[in-house]
Amino acid sequence: MRNTVFSFARLGALLTKEFIQMRRDRITFAMMLGVPLMQLVLFGYAINNDPKGLPAALVATSQDQYTRAIASALENTGYYRFDHVVQSAAEAEALMAEGAVSFVVTIPSDFARRVERRDEPRILIEADATDPSVASNAISTLSTVASQALLREQGMQAEAAEQAKQQLQVIVHRRYNPEGISQYNIVPGLLGVILQMTMVMMTSMALTRETERGTMENLLAMPTSPVEIMLGKVLPYLVVGAVQVMVVLAAATLMFAVPFVGSMPLLFSAILIFVLSLVLLGYTISTVSHTQMQAMQLTFFFFLPSLMLSGFMFPFRGMPDWAQWLGEIFPLTHFLRIIRAVMLKGANFAAISTEIAALTIFVILFAAMALFRFRRTLD
Amino acid sequence: MNAIEVRNLVKRFGDKTVVDHVTMSVAEGEIVGFLGPNGSGKTTTIRIMCGLLTPDAGEGTVLGHNLLTDSLKIKREVGYMTQKFSFYEDLTIGENLEFVARLYQLRPAGEYVGRTLEELGLASRRDQLAGTLSGGWKQRLALAACIMHKPRLLLLDEPTAGVDPKARREFWDEIHRLARDGLTVLVSTHYMDEAERCHRISYISYGRLLATGTVEQVIENAGLTTFIVTGPDLNEVAAELEGRPGVEQVAPFGTTLHVVGSNRQLLEKTLKEIGRRKGTRVEPGETSLEDVFIQFMAGSKDNMA
Repeated sequence: MRNTVFSFARLGALLTKEFIQMRRDRITFAMMLGVPLMQLVLFGYAINNDPKGLPAALVATSQDQYTRAIASALENTGYYRFDHVVQSAAEAEALMAEGAVSFVVTIPSDFARRVERRDEPRILIEADATDPSVASNAISTLSTVASQALLREQGMQAEAAEQAKQQLQVIVHRRYNPEGISQYNIVPGLLGVILQMTMVMMTSMALTRETERGTMENLLAMPTSPVEIMLGKVLPYLVVGAVQVMVVLAAATLMFAVPFVGSMPLLFSAILIFVLSLVLLGYTISTVSHTQMQAMQLTFFFFLPSLMLSGFMFPFRGMPDWAQWLGEIFPLTHFLRIIRAVMLKGANFAAISTEIAALTIFVILFAAMALFRFRRTLD
Repeated sequence: MNAIEVRNLVKRFGDKTVVDHVTMSVAEGEIVGFLGPNGSGKTTTIRIMCGLLTPDAGEGTVLGHNLLTDSLKIKREVGYMTQKFSFYEDLTIGENLEFVARLYQLRPAGEYVGRTLEELGLASRRDQLAGTLSGGWKQRLALAACIMHKPRLLLLDEPTAGVDPKARREFWDEIHRLARDGLTVLVSTHYMDEAERCHRISYISYGRLLATGTVEQVIENAGLTTFIVTGPDLNEVAAELEGRPGVEQVAPFGTTLHVVGSNRQLLEKTLKEIGRRKGTRVEPGETSLEDVFIQFMAGSKDNMA
């Protein structure tokens, strides 16, 4: 009696069939390579966590030197762009209400007098905080920039130096990304997101497509085992995933000059485990859904929270504990930690071993679930 | 040993009993026709027999293998042709056959495929996508793919639906050729002429097996009497007959009327009155298989109500 559980010959037949179908389905095939590149370019260039050149309105009634100094110092930070210089607070209010400006900087008319008298000079900055992330960096640079500009303008460099000596010095090092370039964070993350999107979606339809076309009945009537069918569906997408990885990583280093300080083989092995967990997840979805539509819905049901809670969109550590716990159940979360650590920090295996272990657990779990859920019959 | 030997098969979907204590046997080398109206449980029964569905109750053997525990062995020795074309339309004819040959681990696969293509007469169209084939060719391809691994039992689920008469004729010639070589065939169908080409038939309705035997036996056991009425204004006569004592079926056939009933005396009495009409003649006729099936369908509906 021949082996009924696994045979390379039968797996070979399934793989050949799958690759031929993949090749013939031109649109899907193009999507597998075209979409990742498009998304990488689009999002890579579009997403910016550190917005600069934000439109601002300046309410200044007097045109003295101090007012000008403050205004130009703010513009020099790169965060503010004074598109509007208005005379009244009401005008500025209207501009902010309609969303034309993100900031209103008000320099009162007695500002110069107060500076010279050393009588607590004040300026008011109103920020549109409907989107807190827009305002945060621009505001954080404010107080130092403004007070330094003022001291310089007064010709009090010496005093400024003296003040600096007395003050507590806080030294900030922006490690791994000194210039705070968003792309260094976004682009490696995008690889994970793109892989998750395409891999889970493609494999989630693997079985439902056979069921919908009626070929499943025939496939089940022939001597194949669940393991062979699973591998036959999953392995071709692993290859597709590998190609996607190459394309995205090459584009990341060429177009966005994202540094790659870590070990390439380590990263590739981690990506392999990640992709394996994704295709098995997709396949598991495939075993529980009855139609391609259901598979698609389940994929999106999974996709959105993983995007939000993985640390791709928002800082992982900024979420409440329960959300962080929830975030841990997504392979993407662990993958983001791995790829950022390896690419940007040059982490070694020991540093990312817990994340790799987590991904391995996903692989085993999803494979077990898929095999458990798979029906050898049409019941 | 019988190729199929099943007892009291039951299959339920939800609270609907689709197969209700079906017991049947098919001898080796026999061609058995499986008949019944749509939704009567033919497909479900066939799927149980090839291991695609597990019965809720009942037991049996297919080719000597236990239906409940040895479905993998059964799959290997059975050829199952689905009702709907279920090979890959985006694969070529050659690729489809090769896929099947490799799944059954036929070696060398290329030789099997080549021979099958020759026999089919499709060698020149090897690289054509299966989806572009006409209904008749799809059916021939499916049959060829099903018998490539030399199964001992062939289960065919309405194989000739939507196929033209010539292709149907050729298909049945092929089935008889295969049966002569010792293959056992269970084939479900709606067509009476196909039923008559089977060695034996089984009639199933609402999950229950109602009759089984040769065509002659089934007709005889039904115990029906048929009269043929000829004459003018047959439509009027038909309307008059409808619902009269003893009349169970009235069906126009060309210029005649077939009147069928199970109670001979009542039917004769009613027809004697009709025969008094001017120009109307009543003669005893032969009950056809179709008359029997119509009777079955009417009867089983009553059971369900």
